[in-house]
Amino acid sequence: MIQEHDSVIVRTVVRALVPFIQLFALYVVFHGHYSPGGGFQGGVILAATYILIALALGRAELDRRVREGVVLLLSAVGVLIFTLAGVLGPLRGAALLDYAVLPVPGVAGPPVRGLGILVIEIGVAFGVAGALTVIFCRLAKAGEGEEEDSA
Amino acid sequence: MLSDHLPPFLAVVPLLGALLAPLLGAVRPRLVHPLAVAAGAATAGLSLLALREVLARGVIRYHLGGWAPPWGIELVLDPLSAFTAVAVSGVGALALLYAGPAAAGREGREAPFFGLALLLLAGLMGMIVAGDLFNLFVFLEVASIAGYALVATGGGRALVAAFRYLILGTVGASLYLLGVGHLYLMTGSLNMADLAQRVPELASPRVLAVAVGFVVIGLGIKMGLFPLHGWLPDAYTHAPPAVAALIAPITTKAAAYALARILFSVLGGAEGLGRAPLLTVLAWAGGVAIVAGGVMAIRQTDLRRLLAYSSVSQMGYIALGIGLANPAALAGAFLHILNHAMMKGCLFFAAGAAAARLGGPALTDLRGMHRRMPWTTACVVVAALSMIGVPPAGGFFSKWYLLVGAVQGGQPVLAGVILAGGLLAVVYMFRVLEHACLVPRDEDEHAGSDPALERREAPPGMLVPLLALGVGILAVGIWNAPIVSGVLGFTAR
Amino acid sequence: MTEILAYAGARYNYWVYIALMLVGFYTMIAHRNLLKKVIGMNVFQTAIILFFLSTSAKLGGTLPIVPSQVTKDGVAAAGLMNPLPHALMLTAIVVMVATLGVALALLVRIFRRYRTFDEDVILDRL
Repeated sequence: MIQEHDSVIVRTVVRALVPFIQLFALYVVFHGHYSPGGGFQGGVILAATYILIALALGRAELDRRVREGVVLLLSAVGVLIFTLAGVLGPLRGAALLDYAVLPVPGVAGPPVRGLGILVIEIGVAFGVAGALTVIFCRLAKAGEGEEEDSA
Repeated sequence: MLSDHLPPFLAVVPLLGALLAPLLGAVRPRLVHPLAVAAGAATAGLSLLALREVLARGVIRYHLGGWAPPWGIELVLDPLSAFTAVAVSGVGALALLYAGPAAAGREGREAPFFGLALLLLAGLMGMIVAGDLFNLFVFLEVASIAGYALVATGGGRALVAAFRYLILGTVGASLYLLGVGHLYLMTGSLNMADLAQRVPELASPRVLAVAVGFVVIGLGIKMGLFPLHGWLPDAYTHAPPAVAALIAPITTKAAAYALARILFSVLGGAEGLGRAPLLTVLAWAGGVAIVAGGVMAIRQTDLRRLLAYSSVSQMGYIALGIGLANPAALAGAFLHILNHAMMKGCLFFAAGAAAARLGGPALTDLRGMHRRMPWTTACVVVAALSMIGVPPAGGFFSKWYLLVGAVQGGQPVLAGVILAGGLLAVVYMFRVLEHACLVPRDEDEHAGSDPALERREAPPGMLVPLLALGVGILAVGIWNAPIVSGVLGFTAR
Repeated sequence: MTEILAYAGARYNYWVYIALMLVGFYTMIAHRNLLKKVIGMNVFQTAIILFFLSTSAKLGGTLPIVPSQVTKDGVAAAGLMNPLPHALMLTAIVVMVATLGVALALLVRIFRRYRTFDEDVILDRL
């Protein structure tokens, strides 16, 4: 079990910084189609905040904040958003992953593609953040197991 | 309407199946295997439909996202890729059927297993329809990562085999990426059709040779081409039977297809720019692979390791065909892709069935198979005849075309190597057949009991794919002429 | 001779990536510890990503973001850095991370089974 860090400075700074880092992660996701950034980068930063919590404040704190099952479900929802946005193209007669056919109310023409990419990036961010957090939790849990594999 | 969107759906259908498998596994684990079989069958059906469409309408080009190439990602279906798609998805769907409760033997772990298996299939199908070099890399890695994880499900020695496969496979993919990067640097494009136009105008043949060298070595590692095959024997031997049945027939074939596609479609116009020496090296590496793989297969006592080295040898045939680069040899190479996928699939299915019923992976454990599992033994005999190259099994015809290609290419030594490979196959396949058909089991010798009592055929989940492949091998052999002329388009490339 | 040196010196980004690649490759081959091999693989892949990225930079180039007012006059593409390798390398980094994840999970299983990361000991125990 990862214990909380010994130094009170580390614990306090992490507690204070994590919300800002998460906000920055959201900023990176939403500005991905317009400036450096995007779904994967924002998702990684979001997952990194949870790993930071685990490393600085202890595994128990992380378990208090996230439940693995919920995170995995969020990751699946993210992938589902991506897939639905992609499959919407063929359903309306255009190519796969053609963002121009997404039913965004009130917007038409080229800006629809920009907003369509945003939908995809949000899906990717959920998927990546969820997946990386679960990978970290599983690896941490597996490392604690003392029993040998029988195979 | 569906037929307009065939190219991406060949990859999207197994991908959707892979995403649904864990969800279904959480609520109804027993439905995961049928879901996987359905996804595999749907992919195979779509591939057949795609083949029919391509033969009727010509090359299908699909622009992903509506962006036109060379800015957008393009997916291409032409007779060769549709043919390879049918081969890979057909054998893959049968392997998914085979990996049911009979072979898998793991309760509660179906969801991750089938999720990974469907991801593997999705990656391979994506590789086959990709019209863009970088897209090919992405799907190659999707398939490979799923493969590494699948091999590791064996536990124990399979973990080390999977680790070795991971390291070598990643090096291969990275070298391929490096080659693609050089090609992009020189031409500014990643689209295969676009590159085919820009490559002949290149000023510097040396950079092209370096780039193509990287790509060939990278794909050679993925293909299991001697001497880059180091990961193959351990991975095929220690993987669980269901996994070996899935990865052995199809993963190397898709990489071989990618190699042929790049060497001929992308670089086709670059005759004078140093492609010829590379092809010669490839042909000779294939020749060495045939002999080395065959010799190593003869020495094995474990059935799966024997089949693994035999795969190395057979991939040598395909590399030889690609290296000879004339129409007959290429037809032989692609026909061999189909044949070997079916033969190796049949043999690995039978190995798993024998392990389940007769116990143990050693050759000596196969004794008495002809009495206990007659149908399985019949399929093994058909596959063995195909490996050796006896008509009317399909293997004879692919080797015949390769032989014709070698003679036409003015390479009598390589023609001799092809024949020698057939002789080596006789030796190692005879060892398998000897134990399966001729040598009685210890307890049979003493007991001499009624054979009907002991007949414990493979479970139907394993037997049906086995029989399907056995019949398929014979069918491809009998109808090989229309396949070659109609599908492969026996034309100069 | 001097022109060869000038040619090689002008393309110093290639030397950097070659050096990194060889460091990664050597680590994969020479070290016995499996975790160090994985790190070597990571360095190898990172070197290739660096190579790609270095090709997108231009002397005096600016960020490849086009403000909306410019569309009337057209875009001076020659002054913008090439964004395509960056986008491609994003995907390559994702692939790298996925491979690293699978490798680490494999290593956890191997450690639980063999109680060591030393490859010679594991090969003996096989």
